[in-house]
Amino acid sequence: MIALDRIFPARPERLCDIRHAVAAAAAALGCAENEISDVVLAVDEACQNIIRHAYHGAEGDIVVRLSAEGDRLEVELIDFAPRVDIALIHPRPLDEVRPGGLGTHFIGAVMDSVDFPSPPEGVGNLLRMVKRIGGEP
Amino acid sequence: MNVATRDHGDWVVVTLGGEVDLQHSPRLRKLLGEVMARRRPVVVDMAGIAYIDSSGIAALVEAYQTARRQAGRFTLAAISAPAMRVLRLARLDQVFAIADSVEAALEPA
Repeated sequence: MIALDRIFPARPERLCDIRHAVAAAAAALGCAENEISDVVLAVDEACQNIIRHAYHGAEGDIVVRLSAEGDRLEVELIDFAPRVDIALIHPRPLDEVRPGGLGTHFIGAVMDSVDFPSPPEGVGNLLRMVKRIGGEP
Repeated sequence: MNVATRDHGDWVVVTLGGEVDLQHSPRLRKLLGEVMARRRPVVVDMAGIAYIDSSGIAALVEAYQTARRQAGRFTLAAISAPAMRVLRLARLDQVFAIADSVEAALEPA
C-alpha cells in the first residue's frame, strides 16, 4: 500500500510540510506513535542532507514516497541533483562531541536499513530506508 | 520555533519551543552565539519543544562547546520527551548538564 507519493520543493521551510505529510502517511500505514516519530526524524534528516549536500541550497525537488507491505515500511526519497558520492556519507563517531554529522547517525539508529539503489534514468539520487513496523508502542 | 531570553540574576534563561528544524536552527545558532558572548551562565528551557532535529541539536552543541571554552555553565532544563529522545539517540544526554526544571538549574551549586 502506498500512503504518500508527493513532490516537495527542496527547501528548509518545506521540511515542516514534509514531516506532517510523513507522519500522516505513517499513521495510515499502521505505525505506532514511536514508529511515526522515528520515520519522521529519518525523512527529515535525509531531506536536510539532500537540501544541503545534493542541491547545495539550489532550487530542486524531492519526491517522498512511503509504502508498506505487511510489517515492512519503505521510504523512498528521490532527488534530481548531481549524483552524490555515497562513500562520503557516513555518521560521525558519537564520542566526538561536535555540532555536525549527527543526521546520518539518527537515520541509521531509527531505521532498520538504508541503501542507495541505482537511480532510474533521469533521477539524481535514490535513497531507500526500511523499517519493520507493528512493534510495541 | 519560538525562542525568548530573559535575565534571572546572573543567569540568562533561554526558552525554546515548537519545531526546531533546519528552517529555524540558523536563528537559534545566532541567538545562542549572542547569549554566549555575554559570558553568563545559561539555562535553556526545553519544555516546549515538540520536535528537534540534528541541526537544532548542533546549535546546542556549539553553545555547549563555547561554554566549556569559557569555563562557563550551560544547562538544558525541563527537556520535553521528543527532545530527550533525540538527545539520547546522539548520546548527548550524557554530555550536557541537565536539570529537571529551570528552577533546579538556577539553584546555587
